[in-house]
Amino acid sequence: MTRRSAAAWFALLLIVLVSYRLHAQVTANRLASASSEPRNWLMYSGGYFSNRYSPLTQITPANAKHLELAWMYQASVAGGWQTTPLVVDGIMYLTQRPNDVVALDAKTGRVFWIYRYPQPASTIVCCGANNRGLAILGDTVYMGTLDAHLIAIDARSGRPLWNTQVAEAKGGYSVTLAPLAVKDKIVVGVGGGEYGIRGFVAAYDARTGREAWRFYTIPAPNEPGGDTWQPCPPNAATFCDPEAWKHGGGSIWVTGSYDPVLNQTYWGVGNAGPDWNNDQRPGDNLYTDSVVALDADTGRLKWHYQFTPHDRYDYDSVQVPVLADITWRGAPVKAMVWANRNGNFYVLERETGKFLVGRPFVKVNWMDTFDERGRPHQTSQAPGQPTWPGNQGGTNWYSPSYSPHTGLFYVSAWENYATIFGGTAVEYREGRNFGGGVNRPYVPVPGAPAGPAGRRGPINNWTEAVATGAVLALDATSGELKWRFPMTDVTDSGILTTAGDVLFTGGREGYFQALDARTGALLWKTNLGAQIANGPMTYEVGGKQYVATISGLSLCVFALRE
Amino acid sequence: MTTILASALLGVALQAPAAAQPATPNPQSIRNPQSEIRSDYAPADIAYGARLYDAQCTTCHGANGDGIAGVDFKGGRFKSAVTDQDLQRIITTGVQGTAMQAFRLDPSEMAGIVAFLRNMNGFDRGSVKPGDLARGRSVFQGKGECARCHRVDGQGSRVAPDLSDVGSNRSAGALMRSLTEPSSQMMPINRPIRAVTKDGTVINGRRLNEDTYSVQLFDERERLVSLTKSDLREYTILTVSPMPSYKTLTEAELADLVAYLLSLKGR
Repeated sequence: MTRRSAAAWFALLLIVLVSYRLHAQVTANRLASASSEPRNWLMYSGGYFSNRYSPLTQITPANAKHLELAWMYQASVAGGWQTTPLVVDGIMYLTQRPNDVVALDAKTGRVFWIYRYPQPASTIVCCGANNRGLAILGDTVYMGTLDAHLIAIDARSGRPLWNTQVAEAKGGYSVTLAPLAVKDKIVVGVGGGEYGIRGFVAAYDARTGREAWRFYTIPAPNEPGGDTWQPCPPNAATFCDPEAWKHGGGSIWVTGSYDPVLNQTYWGVGNAGPDWNNDQRPGDNLYTDSVVALDADTGRLKWHYQFTPHDRYDYDSVQVPVLADITWRGAPVKAMVWANRNGNFYVLERETGKFLVGRPFVKVNWMDTFDERGRPHQTSQAPGQPTWPGNQGGTNWYSPSYSPHTGLFYVSAWENYATIFGGTAVEYREGRNFGGGVNRPYVPVPGAPAGPAGRRGPINNWTEAVATGAVLALDATSGELKWRFPMTDVTDSGILTTAGDVLFTGGREGYFQALDARTGALLWKTNLGAQIANGPMTYEVGGKQYVATISGLSLCVFALRE
Repeated sequence: MTTILASALLGVALQAPAAAQPATPNPQSIRNPQSEIRSDYAPADIAYGARLYDAQCTTCHGANGDGIAGVDFKGGRFKSAVTDQDLQRIITTGVQGTAMQAFRLDPSEMAGIVAFLRNMNGFDRGSVKPGDLARGRSVFQGKGECARCHRVDGQGSRVAPDLSDVGSNRSAGALMRSLTEPSSQMMPINRPIRAVTKDGTVINGRRLNEDTYSVQLFDERERLVSLTKSDLREYTILTVSPMPSYKTLTEAELADLVAYLLSLKGR
């Protein structure tokens, strides 16, 4: 081969490689083996097992102190920005309030395009214009909307391809989670647990938007589980709704997981409706506060486990189902590990849903023991007495992390936090709040500021008296506490871990920090000035590892100093 | 209270008798001959609420709380309010379709009104004497030496919390307890801080803000200080208030002082 022809071949190869990079589709196979391309972050939790763990190793406990800001992107709509960006071969895709999609250069933060979904005049959402992200499949990104639509968008041009209505927005339905792409389908669930919706998970053909299957999280009376919405007793002393199941809640507002081998997709189900007055909906109220395992092709229920039967505390079980292959009592187990809003840590066998472990990770007094099948024995408090954990839970929707490298499960916890619950009767009216309760925060010190439902401002005047935060590292097989990183304020930040044994997280104080995933030691921190309310993620471009988080209106991306 | 309660609380508005002569109770002199004062309400709050009620609620509800059909505060009969939160909500939002309008009450006033409505039957108006605002100011500035640590309307020290609006955000009962048992009412943010730096410098102060890694405070010399916790050898949050108990004052002086503090509504 002459030098000239070698150069020509090299040039041709380069063109092929470049064109592959520009046009490589994110196939279902790539999604199923996401961990084999750690440079990318292909779905909400990083991979189908929802570990929020990256095999990248460039950032380590030894060099984390050299992290510095690489670039920032500023949004313009105020409010909690809860999205997790995706990164595919150097391109970052993310949502911003209320329902925009942004594509930008993951190395510089410069924008390629922005798609702005035209908002209807009004939407009905409990907690602001939240959107937690996108799914990608092929050359298409998918976003749920506040008015309960699912939109397909060309990943290169930002042009919409199709728009499917998932549910009626006027009934309080919305889609705030990041969709999950499984094989040739896009799976979403509906929010609206405070508006008396009948929740469901549904899958849509990725090419056409046509609905492929739907699983209602509230069964009809003639369906399995329907008998857990019991008839009202004759002459009920308090208001009882004979058709409670029709607006029984069971929202789905955080992305689920998927096991390609078992072909099961797992979804955490939200609170029953009304949230706090369980007297008017007798029975266990399946499948609220449960995890459901669905056949990914048909949506048929394979199994379920209910964390909080007949809930009166708003203990949504929408936490990300974390899948982990562990050793339990000397044998390998395909497990699901779960720190629930109700304050308990669980290990389930994910093929059958068998209960293996349940134990509290924060103070719990709504129950005291489990039976052998994992059903909690509930211990309601007398009127006016506090219940631990409080209404916002021992943890909530923000992502935990599991590191196969350390075998530890990491969760952002609210400690020292209780609520005095009070249920009141409420009749269902379409699109109206269906909470059914007047709750009071438990304030252990007279005169101390109450809270903490929403975000605090820049001044933390609640101090150590009420509700403090912590990152807890738990043994994934037992829930045993391995280390604890205390925070003065509570935290709504998710957690990222890496194969470099670095843990990234934030909090309401505005700090973004790196901890040693093995010991909990602080490695590095920076004050970003506003609450961090998303899950950090990491990726690599040009041989450099980046870590992204969001503080206030700012997407902040860090890398090691060169 | 900035709004005149010219309509009915909790019920259908009807023409009500004229307001009775306002009572001016002494917060420390509430008699409870029938032991019907509920222990979860402070006597000072009940007395403060009685004064507010007499001045502004009796137009519709009457001196005995039975001026509206179907409502009898003294008899414990409410139309829809089961809990204190219900009462607060109705007072704050009013009752649609009736003459019961919404009222803007500060937390002190709300605590007083609710406490009085819940204890109207056991409260003996005749036995109480009024706290006097002017005398209370004299105690504050003189015998009590309160201004040595506290500040009101730009006068006094910054070492202890500024009290310029304490009458809006602390109830009468809480103020009375603050005077007699200061540590029991100390808000957590006001817990005294003792910090010792690695070079041995001792800093005492009052917190303004705190996070996981740092604390911002007023020190004893009224300076704004920000400390990094990792730079400290010792960091202690004390739960005992440096404020002395004012049990040494007479009941009348305490009542006067509370009356003065309740008058501090900020600007």
